Amino acid sequence: MNLLITNARPYGEGELVDVVVRDGVVTEIGAGLAGARDESVEVLDADGAVLLPGFVDLHTHLREPGGEESETIASGSAAAALGGFTAVFAMPNTDPVADSEVVVEHVRRRGAEVGLVDVHPVGAVTVGLAGEQMAELGTMARSRAEVRMFSDDGKCVNDPVIMRRALEYASALNVVIAQHAEDHRLTVGAQAHEGVVASRLGLAGWPATAEETIVARDCALAREAKAALHVCHVSSARTIDVLRAAKAAGVRVSAEVTPHHLLLTDAALTSYDPVNKVNPPLRTAADTRAMREALAEGVIDVVATDHAPHAAQYKDTEWAAARPGMLGLQTALSIVVHTMVEPGLLDWRGVARVLSERPAEIGGLPDHGRPIAVGEPATFALVDPDGVWTVRGGSLASKAANTPFEGMRLPATVTATILRGRITARDGKVAA
Amino acid sequence: MKHLLSVTDLDAAAATDLLDTSDRLKQALLGREVRKLPTLRGRTVITMFYENSTRTRVSFEVAGKWMSADTVNVSASGSSVSKGESLRDTSLTLSAMGADCVIVRHPASGAAHRMAAWSDRDHEATGTHTSIVNAGDGTHEHPTQALLDAATLRDRLGGIAGRRIAIVGDILHSRVARSNVFLLATLGADVVLVAPPTLLPVGVAEWPCRVSDSLDAELPALDAVMMLRVQAERMHGAFFPSAREYAIGYGLSAERAALLPEHAVVMHPGPMVRGMEIAPSVADSASSAVLAQVRNGVHVRMAVLYHLLAGAPA
Repeated sequence: MNLLITNARPYGEGELVDVVVRDGVVTEIGAGLAGARDESVEVLDADGAVLLPGFVDLHTHLREPGGEESETIASGSAAAALGGFTAVFAMPNTDPVADSEVVVEHVRRRGAEVGLVDVHPVGAVTVGLAGEQMAELGTMARSRAEVRMFSDDGKCVNDPVIMRRALEYASALNVVIAQHAEDHRLTVGAQAHEGVVASRLGLAGWPATAEETIVARDCALAREAKAALHVCHVSSARTIDVLRAAKAAGVRVSAEVTPHHLLLTDAALTSYDPVNKVNPPLRTAADTRAMREALAEGVIDVVATDHAPHAAQYKDTEWAAARPGMLGLQTALSIVVHTMVEPGLLDWRGVARVLSERPAEIGGLPDHGRPIAVGEPATFALVDPDGVWTVRGGSLASKAANTPFEGMRLPATVTATILRGRITARDGKVAA
Repeated sequence: MKHLLSVTDLDAAAATDLLDTSDRLKQALLGREVRKLPTLRGRTVITMFYENSTRTRVSFEVAGKWMSADTVNVSASGSSVSKGESLRDTSLTLSAMGADCVIVRHPASGAAHRMAAWSDRDHEATGTHTSIVNAGDGTHEHPTQALLDAATLRDRLGGIAGRRIAIVGDILHSRVARSNVFLLATLGADVVLVAPPTLLPVGVAEWPCRVSDSLDAELPALDAVMMLRVQAERMHGAFFPSAREYAIGYGLSAERAALLPEHAVVMHPGPMVRGMEIAPSVADSASSAVLAQVRNGVHVRMAVLYHLLAGAPA
């Protein structure tokens, strides 16, 4: 299975090059290699597109098993491939919960069968996400699923003793604990960012302090445990101050921001359309500005989608009854280009860092987020930086259509995605 | 006006227009033996209440009946809702049955907005036309309560612009407070909120009103004081230490009521917790407009139905 990519621009820099791939590995990079092709080689003309390492999403909800009316591993994998992703981390809040080797191995195997993207199951930190008893982290880490990240995402590991023990235990397994930072005692009944908009709309507030206090606590616990802590979906500007201080003090902490927290604010809530309901909630323009700056600075390490499909019956309801979450895989790159590249906060090297290299490092994936070089895996996303498209939820590959970006015209299109030399998506269609 | 979802749907002219209509309807019924106007004959008005309510539901029903509309009352416990039907399906079902107007009370803020959006989408698809009236949505708004309060203030004070009106109590959880602050400000009143800091919303500084933590300091300059019900369950949320301490700080006792100017009006949207936020003697005093509020409620709701339904396409 050999592949020749022609007219590509690695990291959007320098002259156009051709890339020769044999058995999933890059064997040559240079100008004018197109002449060397023979009949058995598949040719992909990049037409000047930017060549980047394939994207890695540390935060995806694939909903299978149990939520197949909203997404399956197959439909979510298709959305991932179309969005330029070559690896995704599937969150464990499924039914049954991925808190045992049986479930995580099933998810890993289904992902491999679909074959469009490497699906890495995230294991639950506690049994049933109940926050009370530690799940069998060691068994899941040593299983065929090779779990490297654990999280109770959707819920916070609220009990400080359980969080402390989980961090200590994880440190010996060389795995990372990803925390959904939300002090549940401060967010009882919460529906929206606690602020001017929610007050006017009569929506119970989700105070930013509920995030900041958990992140501060967890950084202190991770420092003592010498453990790796990952903070999911940072949403509050003041959380960034906590992270900056912890990183300066040498705490092994990393953090992600979602595309929607880079772009959208609670001003979108006035229609009461629950397509804008998400947890943590959309916050203020000052928060989105702080997210962008922190991502450029590196205090926030990565962009992760928190791709959260919900079938219409869970979204087309009154606000309080709607489930939180929004689609993200197919819009992530465009939102990053719109919020970070266009204003000059990131170049394409930076995009590779936040969407591929750092997430692969945090998630412990040795064969993703690699340099574009001879001898490295041919795992890429090709991006047309001049492409423009209009988001239509109904046209996305996910089973659900709950995108908050409906109708927006966004820059940059993913023209092809390549996983170890195999084209998984091309011109908006997934590989057969 | 297609729906009435929030007082911010109304500018000063539209609100005044509604209040004027309410006054005219009140006059039209005055002294009549048969209290019925033929205006909405053949129109169907459905009340859909997902929360317990006596005064608001009955007030809308009486308003509809006095206008000769066919009124139907649906409550959540006796409907398909108890079988798990979604709000959207219930809403569209009532439209399909020919409801010209659905009056909804729901515990979720924004429920009426959602129903209006579904109704508008359905209108595009099928041509059916259903107006939605918000009769209280969660902690968001209760627009007809604010309109009836405005009608009562106009009656008692001869006008609203420039009058100083205090709203006292649990502002945070009160849809009555939200509707009143924004409607009274639109009509030119000088609104002041009095509450412990725990019962004030975070963004209150952006509202068109002033905030005070001393009821005693405000009372002598008020034209009206509106007392809000304090729900006992708030104590469990640590919003204040005890009913006793709340009553001492924020209750309208007879001694406190004596600080009000003679012309000042005492109001309460009901139901009252006597002895908590308001002393029985104050609630029953000549200053109290509590029952006038209820009376005006019927006329204001008649006016709302009239504006929504009379002249609208059949």
